[in-house]
Amino acid sequence: MTTLTPMAGKPAAKGGKPESRRTKAKKRLTSRTASVIALIIAILWTTPTFGLLLSSFRPAEDIKTSGWWTFFANPSFTFDNYAEVLLSDSSAGRLGSYFINSLVITIPSVLFPVAFAAFAAYALSWIRFKGRDTLFIGIFALQVVPLQMALVPLLSFFSSNFALEDEGKFIQIWFAHTCFALPFAVFLLHNFMSELPGDVIEAARVDGANHGTIFRKVVLPLITPALASLTIFQFLWVWNDLLVALVFGSGQDTSPMTVRLAELAGSRGEEWQRLTAGAFISIVVPLIVFLSLQRYFVRGLLAGSVKG
Amino acid sequence: MDQIDILDELPKFTQLGIGIVAFIVVVGILLLVVDKLPGYDKGRFAALVFLLPAGLLLLIGMIYPAIRTVVLSFFDGKGEKAVGFDNYVWMFSDESIQQVLRNTLLWVILVPLVATATGLIYAILIDKTRTEALAKALVFLPMGISFVGAGIIWKFVYAFNANSDDQIGLLNQLVVWLGGDAQPWLLNGPWNNLFLIIVMIWIQTGFATVVLSASIKAIPGEIVEAARLDGVNAWQMFWRVTVPSIRPALVVVLVTMSIAALKLFDLVRTMTAGNFGTSVVANEMYTQAFRLSQQGRGSAMAVFLFLLVTPIIIYQVRAMRTRREER
Repeated sequence: MTTLTPMAGKPAAKGGKPESRRTKAKKRLTSRTASVIALIIAILWTTPTFGLLLSSFRPAEDIKTSGWWTFFANPSFTFDNYAEVLLSDSSAGRLGSYFINSLVITIPSVLFPVAFAAFAAYALSWIRFKGRDTLFIGIFALQVVPLQMALVPLLSFFSSNFALEDEGKFIQIWFAHTCFALPFAVFLLHNFMSELPGDVIEAARVDGANHGTIFRKVVLPLITPALASLTIFQFLWVWNDLLVALVFGSGQDTSPMTVRLAELAGSRGEEWQRLTAGAFISIVVPLIVFLSLQRYFVRGLLAGSVKG
Repeated sequence: MDQIDILDELPKFTQLGIGIVAFIVVVGILLLVVDKLPGYDKGRFAALVFLLPAGLLLLIGMIYPAIRTVVLSFFDGKGEKAVGFDNYVWMFSDESIQQVLRNTLLWVILVPLVATATGLIYAILIDKTRTEALAKALVFLPMGISFVGAGIIWKFVYAFNANSDDQIGLLNQLVVWLGGDAQPWLLNGPWNNLFLIIVMIWIQTGFATVVLSASIKAIPGEIVEAARLDGVNAWQMFWRVTVPSIRPALVVVLVTMSIAALKLFDLVRTMTAGNFGTSVVANEMYTQAFRLSQQGRGSAMAVFLFLLVTPIIIYQVRAMRTRREER
């Protein structure tokens, strides 16, 4: 972290006019100030998370009576908070059960929209039909519509037509996530698909391939990186979601970890040993995905935002 | 005790299995159907098949509900009796909702401005340094954390103890070290709003950094070189070269963040549940519609959110149209 100052000792640009001593000194000073500011930002941005992580491994009594920074003077280390919050009785959190809910919610809620969006994006980029542009722009505009617009009627649609019970409520959560994800998913995949070289598609067409074959054998393999970015986006979105889960799930049967943690933060705001461990459990899965696949995430982010 | 029992969890896995099988069957059928499609040039039918699942879901899951919400916003709490514009009148006359609207305005102004500015400065400072990748990753990290997780992280930073000698919250400890008195940061209005907004800025800055950094790297080297030969200083370089060159990316980042701030829900829900004068429109919408069973009022607030983003939609659609025509 302290090596954020590579510009400092750099010699003056080759071939340029030689710099006077004063400008050199000035340059070094500004680049040093710059490094210090950058370092401060980096520290400000990482310390809160670090504090939470460290606290989650401290004994409950320590967390409640002293700040996490005292750990360095007086280290004590335990996994009890994790055991308690994951496995024990429901008043302590029982996050294990909610962790499973998060998984059960997330997997289908990622698979469905990615697949359906791939189909739709293909039609919008490579099949010629009347009204295609209008349709695409319509879907594109839906991206910005707040999902709050759909919550009340969609919930009553489910409760009056299907009356799902217990684990069945997963279905309505999947459904809601899939619908809400589609506009962005179609848009993102369309961005990638429409930029595929036309002659590749044309060559396949000349060989007598129909749209199904072109989609499966030509387009899908080429847009795998885009599918990867979309999958990460959707995974993070669903895993981290609170609103959809609050509205469409219920209780220990179908609520994901976010709902449980928000509850714990509200009702037991002082039980920091549970909150810190619990929060870290919910953070760690997306963080692993995020860090290992960051390249795809950034690529998707740039394609989805800069062009859009 | 009431220990966790794996047998209780089995039905969930069964449900997950059903979901995955349903996925395989649906996608399998779709692939079979598109494989049997007539030749390339008969596009119409093919388009219908490819668009069917997404189109159907958007109709049932977004378009119909959105229209229904507009209708509901003119009805009473149970959606039975038409009340005209009563819900909207309530929204703009009720004292507590006035505050909610003011808070939302504060969010929409501060979050995009501060997060974008910080992200831009940081992107410039770390540009072309040896540790750029690491420096970027550190600030980008909060993007992967849920708002609920971020809420808890910062609730811990803001934690307050009336006895000022043993603070467990970092902020209060710093204040005490500097000789001040510990404060319950999240309870005292109107400043508590700012402490919530800081969390959102903390999350969003990484997004600005990554997008703007990519945009800065795309500035043609000749422009920078020419400006340098003209002898501009760092300040002029920033305002006359960097900012104009990355303007499109700046607009995108600002717009994206404004929308996110407008729809913000999770942070407020987790950190204060909207109490102590910190509620925002999206949180109030949830409270009215799902906690207080005031469907009409909740719907009116949703429609209000929608109206606020409409200009952005129109702008985006226009930009998209011109871009498509340029092709």
